[in-house]
Amino acid sequence: MTHSSDFNAEKASNLKVIGTRPARPDGVDKVTGRARFGADMNLPGQLVGRILRSPHPHAIIKSIDTSAAEALDGVKAVVTRDDFAENPDNHAVLCNVMAREKALYEGHTVAAVAASTATIARKALKLINVDYEPLPHVTDVDAAMQPDAPVLHDTIFTSGVDPVPTIPSNIVARCEFGHGDVEAGFAKADIIVERELKTAATHQGYIEPHACVASVSTDGMSELWCCTQGHFDDRKICAALLGIDVSRLRVTASEIGGGFGGKTTVFIEPVALALSRKAGRPVKIVMSREEVFKASGPTASTSMRVKIGVTNDGRMTACDGEFRLQGGAFEGSPFDSAAMTAFACYDLENVKSVAFDVVVNRPKGAAYRAPGAPMSVYGVESVVDEVALKIGMDPIEFRLKNAVRDGSQSSYGPKFGPNGLVETLEAAKAHPQYKTPLGPNQGRGIASGFWFNYGGETCSNLNINADGTVTLAVGTPDIGGSRASMCMMAAEELGIPYDSVRATVVDTGALGFNEGSYGSRVTYASGLAIINAAQQAITEMCKRASMMWDIPADAVTWEDGYAKPSGANAGEFEPMSLAEIAAIAANTGGPIAGHREHNADSAGISFGTHIVDTEVDPETGRVDVLRYTVIQDAGKAIHPDYVEGQFQGGAVQGIGWALNEEYIYGDDGKLQNAGFLDYRVPVASDLPMIDTVIVEVPNPGHPYGVRGVGETGIVPPLAAVANSVSAAAGVRLSELPMSPPRVLKAMDDAKQAAE
Amino acid sequence: MSGTHVSTTINGDAVEYVCDVEETLLDVLRNRLGLTGAKEGCSTGDCGACSVTVDGRLTCSCLMLAVEAEGHEIGTIEGVANGSELHPIQQKILDHAALQCGVCTPGVVVAVKALLEKNPDPTETEVRYWLAGNLCRCTGYDKIIRAVMDAASEMRGS
Repeated sequence: MTHSSDFNAEKASNLKVIGTRPARPDGVDKVTGRARFGADMNLPGQLVGRILRSPHPHAIIKSIDTSAAEALDGVKAVVTRDDFAENPDNHAVLCNVMAREKALYEGHTVAAVAASTATIARKALKLINVDYEPLPHVTDVDAAMQPDAPVLHDTIFTSGVDPVPTIPSNIVARCEFGHGDVEAGFAKADIIVERELKTAATHQGYIEPHACVASVSTDGMSELWCCTQGHFDDRKICAALLGIDVSRLRVTASEIGGGFGGKTTVFIEPVALALSRKAGRPVKIVMSREEVFKASGPTASTSMRVKIGVTNDGRMTACDGEFRLQGGAFEGSPFDSAAMTAFACYDLENVKSVAFDVVVNRPKGAAYRAPGAPMSVYGVESVVDEVALKIGMDPIEFRLKNAVRDGSQSSYGPKFGPNGLVETLEAAKAHPQYKTPLGPNQGRGIASGFWFNYGGETCSNLNINADGTVTLAVGTPDIGGSRASMCMMAAEELGIPYDSVRATVVDTGALGFNEGSYGSRVTYASGLAIINAAQQAITEMCKRASMMWDIPADAVTWEDGYAKPSGANAGEFEPMSLAEIAAIAANTGGPIAGHREHNADSAGISFGTHIVDTEVDPETGRVDVLRYTVIQDAGKAIHPDYVEGQFQGGAVQGIGWALNEEYIYGDDGKLQNAGFLDYRVPVASDLPMIDTVIVEVPNPGHPYGVRGVGETGIVPPLAAVANSVSAAAGVRLSELPMSPPRVLKAMDDAKQAAE
Repeated sequence: MSGTHVSTTINGDAVEYVCDVEETLLDVLRNRLGLTGAKEGCSTGDCGACSVTVDGRLTCSCLMLAVEAEGHEIGTIEGVANGSELHPIQQKILDHAALQCGVCTPGVVVAVKALLEKNPDPTETEVRYWLAGNLCRCTGYDKIIRAVMDAASEMRGS
């Protein structure tokens, strides 16, 4: 049969289950404490694994003596770099998981022990003698780009520049996107604004620290149970690092206590497997919060220059940006997506966007919700706000005048198809918040943002059970209610009640490869596989009915959960329900199932526009968020509660990034705030309700019109809050976070300049 | 072993355990008693994922030594539902989709139950400040606050 992912307008306008708000199937376990997260798994005979981490931000590891630790009673295994073979294909991941010649950041794993108790493991760590030769370090992105900066890797020669440099540096790569002639564009501008801006590194801040249990048998059969956004990815990388056949490693994803991109890679998992292999017993490792901050994968800090030219009537004539991102001690900051998303909201004749990937002595970054976009969009939308103010134009009108539409040339390459940017701006203009008067020391900020949304490799099963219920096997961990959406889509296609369907996130032995739950792809990609699997099962059920009725298979249609003769000529038969067909499946050819694998390019681009009102205390610089509205194109909301939840969660993470959150490094290159007391994520008393407006401009690449929704929500808030605070404070803020001292200083400086 | 013997009450049941003096109540609940509903998010009393009640008072079990439970009444998330009947706050969290990943949810449920026993008619601001010690990174708190207000209203019978 054919599998169509094209938008089906007739189907999309007659949905029965999609768009409702049923309770999630895993809900009761989550509210009663029964759900098992990463640290809740235990195996008989398991050992406690603990990790020794570098106290230096940059040092040569001259030698590691583990003999005293190994001699301690209760220690069953110690592993170091010697237990991991060189792996050219996965060099950066391997070196991050276990330091080799050098420790490259404070917290870098240097050795690990497995012992019978936590107390013994802690004692053993103290008995490991590491001989370090400390080296000069650098943690700031701009400082790391200077010619005299300490160089982390003598193997990095900047790519993307011509000619390729002959001496190594910390600049991994340069990329450039755009079209037209920006100089010619600026020549046509009436007004040009150019600014330097900065954002601090932040952490995804998931409440559940990384945790895993590994068990390697003497015959090499290995099991790993961990909290992860992608257990098939974990299997791939762990097998590669440890030299295990993929078929011999089974990975089960636990319930996951937040990820936001930060659980898309491995940290402790290969270490636990190596310890278990050496000890011959299961090993459990759970990170402390301090370890999560120091040694998981925060996002990049950035430094950037943005220049925008406009005519007096509000048309952008040229945009030029340079974005510098540090991604920690190894290559791979989201520099390219920062450059690609920066100007994506605007239909431009002349645009140039350059970005650099830079290494510094910080933990290797991981993805964080729309990686790269919140920062570059913060820079661009701050300057957009400023030019609109300068020409006296309403910020929404300004954006509407320059917004991309269906068919617009994007700033990074492809032409855009149908999209909802204009609809989000129109909805913002019409929203009551936009018309509410503001008081003294209050300001209103607007910003728009874009994210690509990823498709990716996906594979799902749908099984029709003999009692007429349906079970789904899904390979993408459920990070925010996706099992509910999967059940809804299956119920919609099959024409049966939502409660008759249950979804399980299965282990790596049960399905083909699935990329993880990232890129806002799960509802789109796994959902599309479920829809197609349901269609395949329907074809089979129609065939079974046709066998019973002794008519051709194509003379049977499926309607509202029943197989029916397709018309009068097909014959007169009582429709057969799914349950009736399922009950006799054993006699008509055996079990009935549907299966689908695919590799989708994109989960449908999406845009959002945020409105935020803030108040600044002129005496302290403290900012209060008074009111917040998220407006975003979801294409089609499968379960509107969870779509709203994604919008709200993204906005609040963005508020934290804008106002509080920051990796603070001392001159000693050490992280000064590795805990939730000093790294302050937003708490309930910091916030108002977060209003949402779901815009639905169908994705032409999905039968119901679904677009990814998870990431776009964190793209506009940095800029929206900055624009709001700048309006409230009466001075442009150009560095995040806008902590009280920084806001106060900006206000004082502005006051002095005015006097 | 130089463990300490402790007699306590957990969710109404008499419980005895032997623990090391350095173990927290959270360690013992999770690692010795199999009560893994309380989570360790920070071990510094900042996130509230390990919330329990001690003689009815809301407490971070990561900040209390297990030996200190001697003679006290401990309430955990496992004791909030009455058999198969959910507590109103548990039901309202489901109804309002007031969770995404769910790892903070046990702590939120325990904290809200303690709040509503103390203050059956809280304002939104009171709820927000009471829950300021329970970090949720997924939801932005909006739906949690709505669920709490709704649960309070239902429990008052209005």
